[in-house]
Amino acid sequence: MTVAHTGSEARIVVIMPAFNEREAIENVIKEVHTALPAATCLVVDDGSLDDTAAIARRAGAAVIELPVNLGVGGAMRAGYRFALVNGYDVAVQIDADGQHDPSSVPAMVAQLVTADIVIGARFAGVGDYSVSGPRWWAMSFLSAVLSRAARRRLTDTTSGFKACGPRAIELLAREMPAEYLGDTIEALVIALKNGLIVDQYPVAMRPRAGGQPSHNPMKSAIYLVRGVFALAVAFIRPVGGARA
Amino acid sequence: MSTFSYILGIVAASFTFIIVIDMLRRQRLRERHAIWWITGAILALIVGIFPALLDAIAAVIGIDVPINLVFFVSIAILVLVCIQHSAELTKTERQIRVLVEESALLSKRVRDLEDRA
Ligand SMILES: Nc1nc2c(ncn2[C@@H]2O[C@H](COP(=O)(O)OP(=O)(O)O)[C@@H](O)[C@H]2O)c(=O)[nH]1
Ligand SMILES: [Mg+2]
Repeated sequence: MTVAHTGSEARIVVIMPAFNEREAIENVIKEVHTALPAATCLVVDDGSLDDTAAIARRAGAAVIELPVNLGVGGAMRAGYRFALVNGYDVAVQIDADGQHDPSSVPAMVAQLVTADIVIGARFAGVGDYSVSGPRWWAMSFLSAVLSRAARRRLTDTTSGFKACGPRAIELLAREMPAEYLGDTIEALVIALKNGLIVDQYPVAMRPRAGGQPSHNPMKSAIYLVRGVFALAVAFIRPVGGARA
Repeated sequence: MSTFSYILGIVAASFTFIIVIDMLRRQRLRERHAIWWITGAILALIVGIFPALLDAIAAVIGIDVPINLVFFVSIAILVLVCIQHSAELTKTERQIRVLVEESALLSKRVRDLEDRA
């Protein structure tokens, strides 16, 4: 529907938001190059305190270094703007910590023929990754609400693994929110409100390849309340009301 | 309490609540700044609708004049907001400083490149 030619003809950029990922990033970049030899790999280094940017550059990635930390939403917005001004047809967002398997990307990109955004989703029958407690309740609730809005089953709406077609790139370069959970929940609501088609592709989630995750169990409880609040606010927002 | 002051309390609280939600909706206010005002407005609304609740809570925690509880909670919220704003201002100042440094370094690099060309 949106990408006329997927596979070899589409110009693909793989965007990796990274914060202090020196241990894992080199291998992830190599895997991306193996899975998609023709794609550009763009690392958005979000004010890392370690040598993430230098390692990424040495591994052959294009690197944008943000002088101050903007969070995943701000970093991805810079990434989508890069994709837009450089005329890419497809932008894939993937974690720099090795949790997402780049070998799933070609299948996700192929699915962009019938969708504008394809989420690489856990809990869809592939893999055995599990989450429990408040974080799980929050994730199920958010997914249930967004599935209704998308009119198809979405099992992992807080996933940071996504493939976007041209319409989604154009929209997110302009309206990607920098709020809490804005890069996942609110971005999907914005896409749906603008009439984009959101679908998913089942993936397995791997353990972190090294370094520290950015959340802990205490934050997970707050996640429940803030997630529901973020979703409610996203739904009452007017269409096209983004501020830079 | 007269019916007028009863209605006035509820109207004022609802008005604040609606304004905050609308500013949030139109992205004039960020979620983390809005949260205190929403908390305050909801508390004011509850106490406005059920004034007896205020008297009961004040009695339980041993405050003789219930209105003092209102003052205490209001001032507490304002103090928290002020602290949050000071922290945000500090962060913003640091970010601006980093951006200015970055921009100065970049313009030097550009000038060096121009000189070499
Ligand atoms: N741009 C940016 N990326 C971040 C930040 N914090 C974490 N990330 C990246 O976001 C991805 C997911 O982070 P992670 O901590 O593993 O979260 P999780 O996968 O949800 O557990 C990784 O690629 C991180 O490098 C940040 O402050 N800014
Ligand atoms: Mg991770």
